Formats: sequence, structure tokens, C-alpha cells
Amino acid sequence: MDAPYAIEMLNITKRFPGIIANDNVTIQLKKGEIHALLGENGAGKSTLMSVLFGLYQAEEGIIKKDGVEVKINDPNDANDLGIGMVHQHFKLVQCFTVLQNIILGVETTKNGVLQMDEARKKVIALSEKYGLYVDPDAVIEDITVGMQQRTEILKMLYRDNEILIFDEPTAVLTPQEIAELMQIMKNLAREGKSILFISHKLNEIMEVADRVSVLRKGKYIGTVNVKDVNEAELSRMMVGRDVQLVVEKEPAKPGNVVLDIQNMTVASKVHKNNAVKNVSLQVRSGEIVCIAGIDGNGQSEFVYGLSGLEPLVSGKITLCGKDITKSSIRSRSELMSHIPEDRHKHGLVLDYSLEYNMILQLYFEPEFTTKAGFLKRKEIREYADRLIDEYDVRSGQGAITTTRAMSGGNQQKAIIGRELDRPHELLLAVQPTRGLDVGAIEGVHRNLIKERDAGKAVLLVSLELEEVLNVSDRILVMYEGEIVGELDPKQTTPEELGLYMAGAKRSTPKGDKA
Amino acid sequence: MKQSLFKKPAVQTLLSSLICIVAGLLVGFIILTIINPSGSGQAITTIILNFITRSSGPAKLKAFGNTLAKTAPLLMCALSVCFCYKVGLFNIGAAGQYEAGACAALFMAISVGAPWYVCLLAAAAAGAVLGAISGFLKAYRNVNEVISGIMLNWITLYLTNMVLSNPAIKDPASPYTKPLSSANAKGMLPTMGLDALFANNRYVTVAVPLAVIIAILIWMILEKTRFGYELRATGFNKEASRYAGMKEKRNIIVTLAMGGALAAVGAAFLFLSGYQQWSTTQTSVPGMGFNGIAATFLGGLSPIGTIFSSFFIQSITDGGALINRSLYPAEISDLISAVIIYLCGFVLFFKTVMNGWIAKNEEKKALKAKGGNA
Repeated sequence: MDAPYAIEMLNITKRFPGIIANDNVTIQLKKGEIHALLGENGAGKSTLMSVLFGLYQAEEGIIKKDGVEVKINDPNDANDLGIGMVHQHFKLVQCFTVLQNIILGVETTKNGVLQMDEARKKVIALSEKYGLYVDPDAVIEDITVGMQQRTEILKMLYRDNEILIFDEPTAVLTPQEIAELMQIMKNLAREGKSILFISHKLNEIMEVADRVSVLRKGKYIGTVNVKDVNEAELSRMMVGRDVQLVVEKEPAKPGNVVLDIQNMTVASKVHKNNAVKNVSLQVRSGEIVCIAGIDGNGQSEFVYGLSGLEPLVSGKITLCGKDITKSSIRSRSELMSHIPEDRHKHGLVLDYSLEYNMILQLYFEPEFTTKAGFLKRKEIREYADRLIDEYDVRSGQGAITTTRAMSGGNQQKAIIGRELDRPHELLLAVQPTRGLDVGAIEGVHRNLIKERDAGKAVLLVSLELEEVLNVSDRILVMYEGEIVGELDPKQTTPEELGLYMAGAKRSTPKGDKA
Repeated sequence: MKQSLFKKPAVQTLLSSLICIVAGLLVGFIILTIINPSGSGQAITTIILNFITRSSGPAKLKAFGNTLAKTAPLLMCALSVCFCYKVGLFNIGAAGQYEAGACAALFMAISVGAPWYVCLLAAAAAGAVLGAISGFLKAYRNVNEVISGIMLNWITLYLTNMVLSNPAIKDPASPYTKPLSSANAKGMLPTMGLDALFANNRYVTVAVPLAVIIAILIWMILEKTRFGYELRATGFNKEASRYAGMKEKRNIIVTLAMGGALAAVGAAFLFLSGYQQWSTTQTSVPGMGFNGIAATFLGGLSPIGTIFSSFFIQSITDGGALINRSLYPAEISDLISAVIIYLCGFVLFFKTVMNGWIAKNEEKKALKAKGGNA
């Protein structure tokens, strides 16, 4: 008899020192279905997939393939069983062609010579069968992220994988590319491939998945048919309480210009061209201006230029009427709070305690340092305790917890608390909700709006369409280092925004070199 | 909360250091046994007990004093490595900074005839300059401090040999510099009565208490001050400290300069005590700077811990020299102390193993408790 399930993970329990990452989790993937795995960050999705991939060994539970128990000791075993994965960060050789990447590791050779023709035929056949159009001879670094993802999918298909895992595949795509990916996934399922789709985006799950399994804090909450539930019910399963999905806010009351950027150009660290080209913009007090765009279009370099982490090639930045183009990072930070994009790289000293991180921008102030240069331990503790309390930062041992030991969400809350509490006129928030769960995102958005209502200027850099549309008062779209359009979030649609983000549409003239 | 004792970082560090010592002694014992089984028990005891094996009370005290006299420079080198390590820099150049310190101190003492405190300051300045060169290369040219440190170790060695070969400094009849006691008694570190405590061992000078005081000062700077907060933040995460507006380039240079000064003062502590003269024909970098690395790790990367680890390492080195030479070749003392010092580098490894073991045990206990309730 043919077993109904392609892969089954039964009663999987995986422990790490101090936490149970997967507590008796069961996932059964039917043949030819798209099965979503939904959960907040830290819910145990990645751990579960690592167990399936043989990167970790579960303490309890078994894995069955086609109804037969199997042992997966390393990724090679997983590969032999026909399990393939598209990782969130692609594993491609940048200077190789699509075809070379696809056959990497499974090359057919004759007397030690590569047989590319055979491989090319197979790749072309596969791409036609599943509607995965991509030029086999294009070099990876020249093609779009969406194309790169198709290369990854073709890699799995080329290896005749039957079970395909997609780890947050839409995070880096434009709305148009997402729609295409959804179609590809449906095609794959129709052809009998079984798909595990890891995501925390409810709308995508609703659109593409047949069934969805929900994890919360390592525990298995349940599996439901997607057509039997709505988004609100799913988010309740995921978070464990009701969540407000739409942000409520009053219309903005913009005041004086706080930040004025004229013709800012910033060099790129990876290529010879400038990453930010001739960007001019203004942010007023009492408004949230959002810079939208697909990852890697110069947003990071823009932020580095504004915060002083990288020098400008040209341009002028005025903050509160003061020319800060050449100011040090510290003097800028007197007027500017900055929630950085990468909390591990820039936001926190992970090996420092929570209280030491809370004073990272203020440790030199007389409030925390005596005239002789000694740290005031009592004042630091009190200050940290107050922020921990106000921003609900949870940790094992409170103020003395090493921040490395804290969850990503709480690390982010600590940074947000630190940056919002200290004096500032401009809040520069770069992907402030990255990696946060639905409940925490709600809190961050509320904080941003509170900032705005308190008369601060807020500059939000975000890759999340929903966030861009919900939170901001004005949208500036950045494409290849230029501002290509200004949109009103109340008037625009995700589709229109997507066209701007993909560079297909622009409302501002192409930046002259003035 | 009884189990929490083993989870305390300080306890863990102490335990893993002790494990290292035991493991090192064990391996040393095995080597001794392989070479000559009949004397290995006595030999290893000699290494551990060092000066206690001496025949009479005064001899014991005198030997103890010698060990202390050499512990002070080792401690300074260890502090140099430790201080830089806390800022994320591996100061393998401590050996070269040590040479620079010896060079400057002996030059000032013998050639210029300066008093001891001027010699100390000169040594500190020379070491600081050398450290700052590594720091500058690291900060502005992104040259790894290990590479520049190793190269400077050799450059400084031959530079020092050259400077100290000056007929005004070198003893005409030997490759050594002139004995300080005859060349410039003012240049010798004062004993402040400490010699009397160690059976008139005039090598026990103010350097010994001074080194301990400096260790405590370094600990205070790192842990209690704004300066230390900034340096350690730079060490843990350069990018984040830049984000927070710290001048990470300046911090790197200042740190290596301070590290250089510490190691150089260590050299001055040894050569200004008169215990030893610089050999101007030596062709290898003195081991003191490298032993400082071992002492740093054995001391659990803590300035206070290095006080004890430096003494231990110096003591087994001296103890090794006392092994019965009729049973073992002369190289045995260096070999055994090298083995022990080598194993001292494994403190972090043992700490990790111990942490994993504790976590596993706790999990088991938690499981049992859970099972019992169910």
C-alpha cells in the first residue's frame, strides 16, 4: 500500500542547554501538498528543519519517509532521501553561471571531463516543465534575486528531490516575484512534489498552502486546513492571543523640517559604483517618512552615510538647522537616535550585560560616570531597570543578563528602549521589526507612532510592504541608490509600490549629476 | 539554589585552571617516566615544590625570593597580553616590547647613569612606542597585530643587541651588559627592606609589590572605569562601539601602547633588579613575553588571576631547573615547563567542556523531576 505521507516527523523533541527547542512536535507532509510551517521567531521552526536535514539529532521522536522509519545523521542522508531546501540566504557561487551552480556537486563527467550538454538539456527540460524560466548561462551576480531563487529551486529539482523545503522564501522578493513564486510552488505541488513552506506571513500561507502546522515556543499547537481558517485565527494560534493586524493612527501633523539631506552620494563597499546616488529628502517633525525598497538597493549605505558610519562622497546633511555632514558619530547621536539594521553587528555588544548595553550611547554622560572616570554602578542599574520595565524587556537575570543569552525579540526591545529614551529629535529606525514576531511588531509600530505624535521626526527604512503601507505618512522608494518615487500610503497599492521597488516605474527624473 | 556555585564564571575559571595544571603535571610526569622511570616521582615533586626542596630555611627563602623576582616581569608581560586581549587584540608583540623595555632601561641605567625611576619611565615609553606602531598599523592599515608583533619582536631583538653592544654598556670581556651594581647602583631598583625578608636576597625589589599593584590597577581600569568600558566594548564588538560613537581606531592604538608599556616595564623590573644581564649575542626572542600569554590564559583572562598564574608558571620553571641532572638531560626542565605551560592554554577548552557537562546534568535532573511529578 502506498503510504499517504511523503515525510513524517513524529513526536520530535530537541533540547538545548536551558531550553526545549522542539517539544513533542509532529509534522506530517502529504504527497503533493504544500504544507506551511508557521511560527514566530524562536518558535522552533529552524530547529525542526535542522533535525529533518540531519544537522541536529532529536533526543526523542522518529522520522518516517513513505511510512518507513529512517535515520538522518547528516545532510547527505537527507539528500539521499530526496529532501532539498532553499535557504533564506542562497548558497550559490556568485561568479558561476546558473548551470554551473545547478550541477555543482553532482557533475557528470566522462574521463574526468565535464559533460555539460546533458546537464543543460535536463535543466532546460525542468525549467520548462515547472515554468522556472532562467537563462542557464547567466552569471549569478548579474541576475535578480528572484532568478537566483529559481536557480536554487532548479538545483533541488536537478537532484530529483521529492520533498522541497522553502525557508522564508519571500523575504527578499518584490510583490510581483512573490506572485510568480507562489505559482511555481503550485506547479511543483501539482507535479507531485511535496513542499514544506516555512513562513510567518499569513497572507502568503492563506494563498498557497493546503495545510498549516503551527508552532509556538517550541510546542506543537496544531495542524489545520487552510481553507477552514482565517488570518486572525491563524495569528491567534501563532501568538497565543488576539493581535491587532492593522495599526491605528491619527493623520500626521508635520511641523518644521528636522532633517534635510541634499544630493547625498555614498560609495559602495562591494562595487565601484556609488551605492547611494544624489539622494535629497526632508523629514519634518511629527511625520513618519519611510524609505521603501528591496534589500540591497542602497538603503544600508544611505543609513551609514546619515549616521556617520561611512563618509559621504558628496552632499550635505542638515539636522535641526545644523550642518552635520562632517560631524562625528557621537555629535550626530546627540540629536539622532538610531535603531540599526543589524542588532548583532551594530546595535549591541553581545558579551556585555543588558545594563551595559542600555548605556551604550550614554556611558560618558555625568549621569553615569564620575568626574574621575569611574562608572556609577548604582545609577546604571537603576536606569537599566527602568528601561527594562518600561519596554518590557524580558531576560533570564534582568539587568545583569548577558545580552547574547537573550532572544532576538528582547534584544530588539532593549535597543528600541535605549534609543527612544535618550534625547533626540530624529529617530532613524532601520528595519526595526526585523525578525520580530507579530505581537512584538505591533508594539514597535505603536512606539513609532507615539514618537511621531510626540513631535519627533521619524525616518523608517523598511523592506516589509505591509509595514511601509501601514505605518508611514510618506513613502520614498529607493531603487539602485536613487529615490525613484514619492507615494502617499493612503493612495497607493502594494502593486504600484512593487512596480516602483522593482524599478519598473519612476516618478522622479533620473538623477542628473548636478 | 545550591547548584549555582558551579555556574559562577569565577568558580568555573578557577576549576578549569586547576584541571589544566593537573593535566600538565600529569603529562610531564609521563614524559619523565618514559625517559627514566626511576627518578620521575622525585623529579615531578621537585618541579611542584621548587624552593621548598631546598635544604635549609634561609636557602628556601632565598630561592623563593628568586622566583618572586622573576615572577614580577612575567606578571607584567601577562598583564600586557591580558589587557590587550580584553580589547580584542592578541599582543604577541609583548616579547618585542619586553626587549624594547630592556634596551631602554639598560641604556638609561648604564650609558646615561639615570636613577631607577627614570629608567622605568624610559622603558615604559619605549614599549609604548613599539606597541603604538602595531596599533597604528592595525587601526589605519588593517595589518594584523600578530603579524606586525612577531616581526617587531625580531627587529627589536637585533636593535637591542646593537644598542647594548655599545662599549659603554657591554662588558668588554663577555657578551653581557655590565653588571648594574658596579656600573650604576642608582639605576638598581630599591629593595625597600624586602631583601631582608628573603635571607638578604637583593633581587627581591620594589618590583614585586609594584607588579601586584599594577595588576590590581589594570583590573580596576578594565572593570570599573569609563575608559575600560569603552575599551572592552571595542574589543567585544568594534562595529557596535563605532555605532556608539567611540573612536575605535584611537582605542586600538592606546591599548597596544599601554600593553607595550606594561611588558617593557616588566623587562625593566628584571634587568634593573640586577638578577640578570642582557646577552648581546642572543639570537632568540626571550620567552618571557610568550610565557605571558600562557599566564594570561591560565589566569582565566583576569588581571587578578594572572598574579597567581604567573607565580605558578615561574615556580615550575625554577623547579624544573632543580631536577637531578644525573638522571635527566639538561633540557628536561625547559621541556617539562613547556608542556605544562602548553596545557595551560587549554583553560577555555576545559571551561567549555565543563559548561556543556553542567548543562547536560541539569537537563537530566530537570527531566527526572518532571518524570517524578507526572
